Amino acid sequence: MRIRAKLFAPYRELIGEPEVWLDIDPGRTVADAVEALQKAHPVLARQPYRPLTACNLRHVPGSHVLAEGDELALLPPVSGG
Amino acid sequence: VISMAGDDLIRVGPEPLDLAEVSQAVRRDSCGAIASFVGVVRNEHQGRRVQYLIYEAYAPMAEAEMARIAEEIHRRWKVERVGMVHRTGRLEISEASVIIAVAAPHRREALEACAWAIEELKKTVPIWKKEFTVDGGEWVLGDPSAPR
Repeated sequence: MRIRAKLFAPYRELIGEPEVWLDIDPGRTVADAVEALQKAHPVLARQPYRPLTACNLRHVPGSHVLAEGDELALLPPVSGG
Repeated sequence: VISMAGDDLIRVGPEPLDLAEVSQAVRRDSCGAIASFVGVVRNEHQGRRVQYLIYEAYAPMAEAEMARIAEEIHRRWKVERVGMVHRTGRLEISEASVIIAVAAPHRREALEACAWAIEELKKTVPIWKKEFTVDGGEWVLGDPSAPR
């Protein structure tokens, strides 16, 4: 299945794209998707912080199971305010 | 993007922020107190002279998270309206990046809820700050511990 992964701030700049598509097997988790993204883009794995993750506009843990059409997001530690 | 979650004002976008507008939006005849917080761009960070900032947001999620914070405020305190607005894009020194206003019948609830709201926003709302000095731009990232 295909998942859209959105990238922000330093992650977006490192990859040069605000979003990427990912093909993963049904039943896979957010942690699996992050690992696949880090394999495809090793620069993501070299960052000092592990990304927080969101699915369909909500914070989710790595154990969250993905479904077709989900919008995954890799969030650097937030610094608004 | 403007959205009213119930009577609350939630907005993330590039428009300049105005405290009077947000206060007016939350004001109600039944409220004796409006507590507000304004975050502004400071000219230095850890000894470096800051020229300007750029804020980037995951806007739809940022608004959803801010609406969640407003809902939580209504559960915890006797508060009638909450306004939370955050600016994105380039901000100059002394410009407002965030405004929170809370209207309540009494001051204690308004003050407590407003103080809690800015702390919670800084922990969970997906917005990032890039700081520009004479040496160039650098992302300033927050506490990496995961939100609840």
